Amino acid sequence: MDRRQLLNTAAAVATAIALAACGDKAPPAPKTAEAPKAPEAQIVKIGVASPLTGAQAHIGIDIRNGVQLAIEDANKAGVSIGGKAVKFEMVAEDDEANPTKATTVAQKLADAKVAAVVGHFNSGASIPASKIYADAGIPQISPSSTNPDYTLKGYKTTFRVVAHDGRQGPTLGRFALDKLKAKTIAVIDDSTAYGQGLADNFEATVKAGGAKLVAREHTTDKDTDFKAILTKIKGRNPDLIMFGGIDPQAAPMKKQMAELGIKAQFIGGDGMQTPNFIKLAGDSSEGAMASIPGLPKDKMPGGTEFLAKYKAKFNAEVELYAPMGYDAVMVFIEAMKRADSADPAKFLPEVGKTDYKGVIGPIAFDDKGDLKNGPITIYVVKGGKWEALETVAPGATPAAEAKTEAPKDAEKK
Amino acid sequence: MDIFLQQVLNGLLLGSIYALVALGYTMVYGILGLINFAHGDIVMVGAMVALSVVMALGASLPVMVVLVIATAASILVCVTLGLFIERAAYRPLRRAPRLAPLITGIGVSILIQYSAALVWGKQYLSMPEIVKPGKIEFGGAQITSTQAFIFVLACAIMAALLWFVKTSRMGRAMRATEQNPDVAGLMGVDTNRVIAFTFALGASIGAIAGVMVLLTYGQGHYFMGFMLGLKAFTAAVLGGIGNIPGAMLGGLLLGLIESLAAGYMGDITGGVFGSNYRDVYAFFVLVGVLMLRPSGLMGVGSGDRA
Repeated sequence: MDRRQLLNTAAAVATAIALAACGDKAPPAPKTAEAPKAPEAQIVKIGVASPLTGAQAHIGIDIRNGVQLAIEDANKAGVSIGGKAVKFEMVAEDDEANPTKATTVAQKLADAKVAAVVGHFNSGASIPASKIYADAGIPQISPSSTNPDYTLKGYKTTFRVVAHDGRQGPTLGRFALDKLKAKTIAVIDDSTAYGQGLADNFEATVKAGGAKLVAREHTTDKDTDFKAILTKIKGRNPDLIMFGGIDPQAAPMKKQMAELGIKAQFIGGDGMQTPNFIKLAGDSSEGAMASIPGLPKDKMPGGTEFLAKYKAKFNAEVELYAPMGYDAVMVFIEAMKRADSADPAKFLPEVGKTDYKGVIGPIAFDDKGDLKNGPITIYVVKGGKWEALETVAPGATPAAEAKTEAPKDAEKK
Repeated sequence: MDIFLQQVLNGLLLGSIYALVALGYTMVYGILGLINFAHGDIVMVGAMVALSVVMALGASLPVMVVLVIATAASILVCVTLGLFIERAAYRPLRRAPRLAPLITGIGVSILIQYSAALVWGKQYLSMPEIVKPGKIEFGGAQITSTQAFIFVLACAIMAALLWFVKTSRMGRAMRATEQNPDVAGLMGVDTNRVIAFTFALGASIGAIAGVMVLLTYGQGHYFMGFMLGLKAFTAAVLGGIGNIPGAMLGGLLLGLIESLAAGYMGDITGGVFGSNYRDVYAFFVLVGVLMLRPSGLMGVGSGDRA
């Protein structure tokens, strides 16, 4: 019996079903409802692509909610472009955190003639999709993709409103060296563009800083059993274990560290800095540390107001990137206003010239489309909650003080 | 040495769960010559039902009572599901060409997965930490009391199953049906009942395995049955599919291989094959075993088995 063929069939059927399922869930576009009311209004579609199903759905939905909130706010305030009232519409697509699916979704958005795209969540999805948006001339702002490669493809249409791993990894590394005084370090990644990129950058920094790398292990973004690699790491007795990956892996990993009696500290990137991590890891989450690009949610200039608005609208806490999604939309709308056009070809140059005070703080892009001066905050789990430990930002925030130079140095290396 | 012992223990613990799930595949295959691809998802349903019960009851009752109720509920649901699948999906196809029930199995598997996604959502659900396990230490290795309990229970279930199939009346009927359903029928064995019973037995062991997975990892997800099912199926084939002791051996062996390979192959090969190849080793060994012994480690050679 040909098992392989069977599995392929299974996979194909699964994909088909998944696609069908997403079809149902696609944007609740209120086209017909609005048409008679405002026949003159010009409709401008803004796409948002993130994983709306699967293990990372909570983060993807968070982004979509942020975008939805921004569009509702803009419509409420009333925007007119080229002398005409404009009505913004959200087109939400599910990329399932899957690079292949991401390109399909990107093409779909391009075919739907969206003016701009907020997305994707995963670096592995944003990078292949960026080519399609670039070919179609549609500006793309990722709220969250931190892999450095994303903006290195030379596309004029690619932007992001988070600091990239080129900064996050080294920042974590400097923090491990200077603040945690880690001498021996083990690094694990989840074999994704994001996780491996972050882990590689971290590794380079700590090695350059004189710490000893005692183990470099890999797992996948589907696994839940890490006992084998953790046991191996236990044998090397490191001061610190760093994980590049997302919370569904980070949480059981932390739990199993406790079960195996590993005393090392645990640190990771933004993918595990979620309420979900604490929920999944329970008591063993205590003491885990993670960095996240941006300011602490409640320390963002527009943070308190945004959190309250989000809570009122969706009756849920902000997971991670809703504020970034919100600001990305606002950056697009501001650019359209300045260019006085919703035509991507016309307002694209204005996106690059953005100087906007958003929820997350001041937003401006460098010539590659990366956020200028994006701050990074390191958190620790204390009493079942993420608490901000330290913000590292090149001259942007008062909390930065002592550590201001560290990431800059690291970057030069 | 303590690290080696720890890896062996990790492997055995993981393997005992693989073995329990593999039993479900192997028993059904033994009797019907059919790979029930939905079995991994039955395990998932078992875990999710137990998770829901634990969430609903919380800390209102003593921990053991909650766990027993959760396990009983998941066994009940899984047995019903197993019987329903057998009756609705496989029985009408019993005389159909072999490919038909196989594809049906895949269909059922997807149906269960997405039904579960509708019921429980697509997120990872975490189990409230009702069990606060103690630590057991020996020879420098460390396991939790929950893991020790799971391992002992898994071994007990396997022993009980062997004894049941060997000595009970129903066990004899199962073996007879396995050898030749038509002749068994002529001898007065109600083969439909025996087959339904086999599905129910496999599903209830699967339900217990689901609860064990939940207790070990503390989280559940609608897709968790897929990889587990695939690994367990591999274990069943490794041990010789259709053979009950073979499934147990295959499961334990698979767990050991995964654990030791992830722990040591990286160093042995100088970092070329690190822990990222963990799943590959299991299949390497499978291919090797099947080349030398096509019917698996403990399988009896028979030409017509795939």
